[in-house]
Amino acid sequence: MKLLLSRPSVWVPLLVLLLLASVPLVAQAIGETFYIAFFARIIIYAIAACALNIALGYGGLVSFGHSLFLGLGSYAVGLAAFHGIGSGWVHLLVCLVACGLVGLVTGAISLRTSGIAFIMITLAFAQMGYFLFVSLKAYGGDDGLSIAMGSRFGPFDLSSATNVYIAAFVVLVLSLWWLARLRVAPFGMVIRGARQNLRRVNAAGIPARRYQLLAYVISGMLCGVAGLLLANLNAFASPSTLAWSVSGELIVIVVIGGLGSVFGPLLGALVFLGLEEALKGVTEHWMVIFGPLIVLVALLGKRGIVGLLEHFDARAPVNVSTTVPIAENAAIDATSTARKTT
Amino acid sequence: MSSTLVLAQLLNGLQYGVLLFLLAAGLTLVFGIMSFVNLAHGSLYMMGAYFAATAFQYTGSFGLAVAAAMGGALLLGLVLELAVVARLYRRDHLDHVLATFGLVLFFNELVRIVWGSQPVFLQVPDLLSGAIDIGGFSYPSYRFAIILVGLAVAVGSWMLINKTRVGMLIRAGAVNPAMVAALGVNIRLLNAMLFAVGAMLAGLAGAMAGPILSVQSGMGESVLITTLVVIVIGGIGSVTGAFYAALIVGIVDTMGRVFLPLILRQMTERSFADAAGPALASMLVYLLMAVVLAWRPQGLFPANR
Repeated sequence: MKLLLSRPSVWVPLLVLLLLASVPLVAQAIGETFYIAFFARIIIYAIAACALNIALGYGGLVSFGHSLFLGLGSYAVGLAAFHGIGSGWVHLLVCLVACGLVGLVTGAISLRTSGIAFIMITLAFAQMGYFLFVSLKAYGGDDGLSIAMGSRFGPFDLSSATNVYIAAFVVLVLSLWWLARLRVAPFGMVIRGARQNLRRVNAAGIPARRYQLLAYVISGMLCGVAGLLLANLNAFASPSTLAWSVSGELIVIVVIGGLGSVFGPLLGALVFLGLEEALKGVTEHWMVIFGPLIVLVALLGKRGIVGLLEHFDARAPVNVSTTVPIAENAAIDATSTARKTT
Repeated sequence: MSSTLVLAQLLNGLQYGVLLFLLAAGLTLVFGIMSFVNLAHGSLYMMGAYFAATAFQYTGSFGLAVAAAMGGALLLGLVLELAVVARLYRRDHLDHVLATFGLVLFFNELVRIVWGSQPVFLQVPDLLSGAIDIGGFSYPSYRFAIILVGLAVAVGSWMLINKTRVGMLIRAGAVNPAMVAALGVNIRLLNAMLFAVGAMLAGLAGAMAGPILSVQSGMGESVLITTLVVIVIGGIGSVTGAFYAALIVGIVDTMGRVFLPLILRQMTERSFADAAGPALASMLVYLLMAVVLAWRPQGLFPANR
């Protein structure tokens, strides 16, 4: 217990989770149910950011197209509900299959490149999805698609904000637990190794690209689940979920939280959406303040909130650090330059 | 399908392609030489259009409007380079994406504050408001002017890069900046100038596009992403590649939007064609990019290194 308390990078996220668990109860008690929807949105973005973190943080794959999966997840609910299918299991199946297949195809093409080209190709695929749904006039086109009934998982129905909150919270906790395991599992080690030195991983006899592709697909599928929850929360599937700015926001959330850390996406989502809400209260033109803040985050480096918390960790053993040390980045830069000149 | 329709769309595609080239030329120089991902390039284009619209409103001269757009974007580019971009060259691409994404949000909101959220209008100059007649087929002279300006810039930048001393340094800097710096060239200044020139071309594109598109907040984003497609297809860092790819993308996109629904309607039943035609047309350039990359990941005309 003493060890736990001496490490803010562990107890702060756990405290946040505990507080998030109490939000529905508190909100009901004080009669401000607005907070349930607001924090549900934070949790859903945290799940999406966790998903992106598998590709971006663990794998070093700068995907600028994760809004694609968020959108596919949303439309899995929207399209199924439009055709009168209310079963949440079907929604989930459609979402996972669609995200898995799209992730496999787009990932296989994108991973033929690296660096800047990878960023742009993932972005282009997301744009492709955006234009696809904008031009599907039968399903609302750019107006989006209202969802009359939420996903029904047996007796559990995602048509109220509280139920979405509960489901999202469970998914978040499971994802965090799984991500913590994944980091140190052989699979996580391979993609983290490939992030640092692709050649060395290949030289060790491990087909790094295949692992990266799998990481990209898994990342997309989990992001799709976030989209499914988002569609249920808003009772709406909109092509704006696939807009490129959403992909950018997800990247910002991951980086603010702490790239490659387990709890970073959660803290990042909390700070990002919290700040957004606070600034919206100050001025209608909140982005004029928010934009430069993002620039500042980029300029100051990217150890993120988790990196900051680790700074306060007392006697934390070096090898359990959960963010990317600066030296690793230097190594990545070195490999990318090496790749370029060859 | 009449031949004049095909010709008109071909010219429209050419004009769009040339406009894309103005953006792609600046962007690919910054990509290729400083390996900097500049998502704010679309914002410079947008600012150029707003500068032009404002200058035109006060002076009534289109020439001055274009000058204001180019000068304004050049200055803005210099300021951005010094304040933000120069600090990020040595960092990885994620930082570039992050910082310039923040800039995009900032500029979109800034123009909403300064110029309001309603679109601003920029008129076609009187001199170019007519149409040119080619053998019984007339085409707006302003669009011809865009094509000519774009081709002039293409020739000019080719000359600059391949025939001048500055161009030689630019090419050398792309290969080995440390060596160029060691030879006594102020690479810092060279980078700043190059970034500013790229910004100026974006401003020019914004001013030229102003009269045919609506000048509004966020106008840079869709064109930026198409420009990224152009650069990926052409080969990162290759201005020649950017030129050919811009023309290909411009023509494929324009022709696709007009003719793909028509062709589909003849081949399949109407209800399906009406649904799938526009969807397929708007995805066409991205499909093209996916195909090109699956075939040649380095792009069609990669820079010679």
